[in-house]
Amino acid sequence: MLKLNVNGKIHQVDVEPDMPLLWVLRDHMGLLGTKYGCGVAVCGACTVHLDGAPVRSCVMPASAAVGKKVVTIEGLGKGGVHRLQEAWIEHEVPQCGYCQTGMIMSAAALLATKPKPTDADIDEAMSNLCRCGTYTRVREAIHAVAAKPATKKA
Amino acid sequence: MKIDRREFIKASAALGGGLSLEFSFPLAAMAARGLPATEVNAWVVIHPDDRVVVRIARSEMGQGTYTALAQLVAEELDCDWARVSSEFASPNEHIRRKRIWGSMSTGGSQGVRSSQDYVRRAGAAARVMLVNAAAARWGVPAADCTVERGLISHGPSRRSLRYGEVAAEAAKLEPPKAVTLRDPKDWKIAGKSMKRFDIPDKVMGKPVFGVDVVLPGMLHASIAQCPVFGGKLKSVDSASAEKMRGVKKVVRETDFVAVVADNWWRADQALQKLRIEWDEGGNGNASTESIMAMLREGLADPKLPSAKRLGDADAALATAVKVVEAEYFSPYINHATMEPQTCTAWLKPEGFLEVWTSTQNAEASMATAAETAGLPLEKVEVHKMMLGGGFGRRGAPQDFVRQGVLIAKSMPGTPVKMMWSRAEDMQHGYYRPASVVRMKAGLDAQGTVTAMRVGIACPSILAILRPEGIDKGIDFSAVRTLNDMPYAIPNQQVDYAMRNGHVPVGFWRAPGLQNAYYRECFIDELAVAAGKDPLEYRLAMLKPGDKNRLVLEAVAKAANWGAPLAPGVHRGIAVSDGFGSYTAMVAEVSVSATGELKAHRLVLAIDSGHVVNPDTCRAQAEGNIAFMLGATLYQENNVKNGRMVESNFHEFRLLGISQMPKVETVLVPTGGFWGGHGEPGALCVAPALCNAIFAATGKRIRSLPLKYHDLRRA
Ligand code: FES
Ligand code: FES
Repeated sequence: MLKLNVNGKIHQVDVEPDMPLLWVLRDHMGLLGTKYGCGVAVCGACTVHLDGAPVRSCVMPASAAVGKKVVTIEGLGKGGVHRLQEAWIEHEVPQCGYCQTGMIMSAAALLATKPKPTDADIDEAMSNLCRCGTYTRVREAIHAVAAKPATKKA
Repeated sequence: MKIDRREFIKASAALGGGLSLEFSFPLAAMAARGLPATEVNAWVVIHPDDRVVVRIARSEMGQGTYTALAQLVAEELDCDWARVSSEFASPNEHIRRKRIWGSMSTGGSQGVRSSQDYVRRAGAAARVMLVNAAAARWGVPAADCTVERGLISHGPSRRSLRYGEVAAEAAKLEPPKAVTLRDPKDWKIAGKSMKRFDIPDKVMGKPVFGVDVVLPGMLHASIAQCPVFGGKLKSVDSASAEKMRGVKKVVRETDFVAVVADNWWRADQALQKLRIEWDEGGNGNASTESIMAMLREGLADPKLPSAKRLGDADAALATAVKVVEAEYFSPYINHATMEPQTCTAWLKPEGFLEVWTSTQNAEASMATAAETAGLPLEKVEVHKMMLGGGFGRRGAPQDFVRQGVLIAKSMPGTPVKMMWSRAEDMQHGYYRPASVVRMKAGLDAQGTVTAMRVGIACPSILAILRPEGIDKGIDFSAVRTLNDMPYAIPNQQVDYAMRNGHVPVGFWRAPGLQNAYYRECFIDELAVAAGKDPLEYRLAMLKPGDKNRLVLEAVAKAANWGAPLAPGVHRGIAVSDGFGSYTAMVAEVSVSATGELKAHRLVLAIDSGHVVNPDTCRAQAEGNIAFMLGATLYQENNVKNGRMVESNFHEFRLLGISQMPKVETVLVPTGGFWGGHGEPGALCVAPALCNAIFAATGKRIRSLPLKYHDLRRA
């Protein structure tokens, strides 16, 4: 049994300690917003926050998340809509949408450390891959959020 | 009485943990929730509170059809856009109602352009029926009634009724025999950048994709197919795999093995432990080199069928003042949809098969599922999920549905969700065909092209996916853009060598677009040989009024063609029509002293006749550019020992955000026709980029990907 804190809730899961966090989230907790894209830490579709830092959950053993706080796209807005999600809707960022939850998680982690990122900061932090090519709007939406005064919401 | 499936997906998703059982029984569930709604006609469902649900037959993979078609229906219906939503039409109902929704196929940038006429008519017909119903209730002539945003008014008596109040009566009326469609000039809903319906759920991480299906008691499967295309399963030693935690079954089929387990990771772990022996068939020695040799041999064949003959190309070449000749090459490229191939199937005890999948063609999925299960179509339902990318991979080939159904068939009564690993997806695609093209052109003393002779060696997509489409040895998708050039060249001959090999090929975003790369780079070579400006050179060969000319002029203006650029920045230009639209592009690049390429800005002009949602069209332009830059810079799938070499994104690179250039899209719709947007924006990327590289370095790029070229100035 592993005890995991996901989106503020404690879950007890009966899984192998080396099962990647991604599959615990998707197949054991029904948190399907986190995606499988490559399974080898290249694409970023599986990005979640571990104690606030972006991690690729496809290569993170579930046991490594014990005692830490995991946040997924479902918990990012703390029950509401995160300002990045609002911007993503406003700028119509997603195409197919498959990579977008990972993109948003990476962007949220970036803004948490750099509230006003430069283009170079975005290039460095946003290593997520998008087959549909939504990069223009990803950048726009991040800058748009950075330009707005942060609300207390998220 | 009809239900609103979108509502229903939301309702069931809200129950937590993905799609629940409710999803399988939408009718019953909705009736239980007491939401009466009326189907006025097959496309238009109206709720008593005036909410309008538009049924969509095509698939949604991020191209915006799910919203754009609703805009067209709503435009003619004249309802309140704020109250409109979409739902997918049921493929099972589609079959039972004699294919009432027209085509469900979503490819070739056809989603809007091939549906627009009948969906607009459906919206208009529903409007007429609603007005007639109100007029009948009031006992007044319908001609005295007016409509605005879902409110029907009778001026003389100052009465009004909302659509929701008369929908039930309207549904009982005869549909009108003829309707008049609005002039696009008067559009209020269509032609506007309405927000896409599918975006909020995707941004919130709602379970909308094929891989997100959850059913009661559902199991998961990971599969392995013979690494050599066309091979068969010989034997499997599954002893150790079957002992692994969560493993329920090892499924053996003629050409694949699947492990079914209680979660996907366990299934995949056990799959790796299988000891599989394959009968590789006769292709275990094939390689990229042997395929190249096959293509080159094709070009040397003296008896090739011609896809075009105009005048006498050989005679004109013989008398030309200057002859320019070049050979170009493009590799196989996988679709690599970000969501791997997936299919969930459930063979129910009562002999009904339900399938959930990310499909570009639900009817093809139905047909494959029914055939595989040995059931009549009426006993199959395909639930259309949102696609995590399509690009042509999930339309004509329905291999994943066949596999999903075979697995489910081996476990009757249990729903099983199959998902391919990335490696499986990278190595079992229906790749963009590799091709070699030789072009030879003759110029007169003024540099004008008098003759062009082209030889194309390319595996045939139709031979694999639609053999009946081959016409006298010609696959149109292998020769297009070269056999239908808009340029006035009096003598032309285009020959086609169909050399198929064993690698499955398929429709990859803008099928045949390699030919736009070849043609537009070669035209650039000719302009250089003639000492002419590449824009002027093209314009001189295009007839007045040709829309290729119009988009060239539009892009040249937007990109300020001819005006000085920042030091070190150079331009390239290209033009191509395709998928119903006309496109032209200017690329601005620089190449550093060390050969580092940077694409600064890409300007695209596109004439699609009409534009239903300008913002979506711009998004498609941006996406097409990123997709094609990735292909042009990095992507290739190589063959060694009969199998694909690349296995994941570390070897098959996608464009990253740091390489994304500034994109400017100039929409120049001239009306009178309907062109696509899902693919045309891809056509000119490689040639405009490579022509700009030539301008910057003097290096002519005749093979892709670019990563193999040393771009340092010669
Ligand atoms: S799925 Fe984890 S990085 Fe791709
Ligand atoms: S939106 Fe489709 S992969 Fe990014």
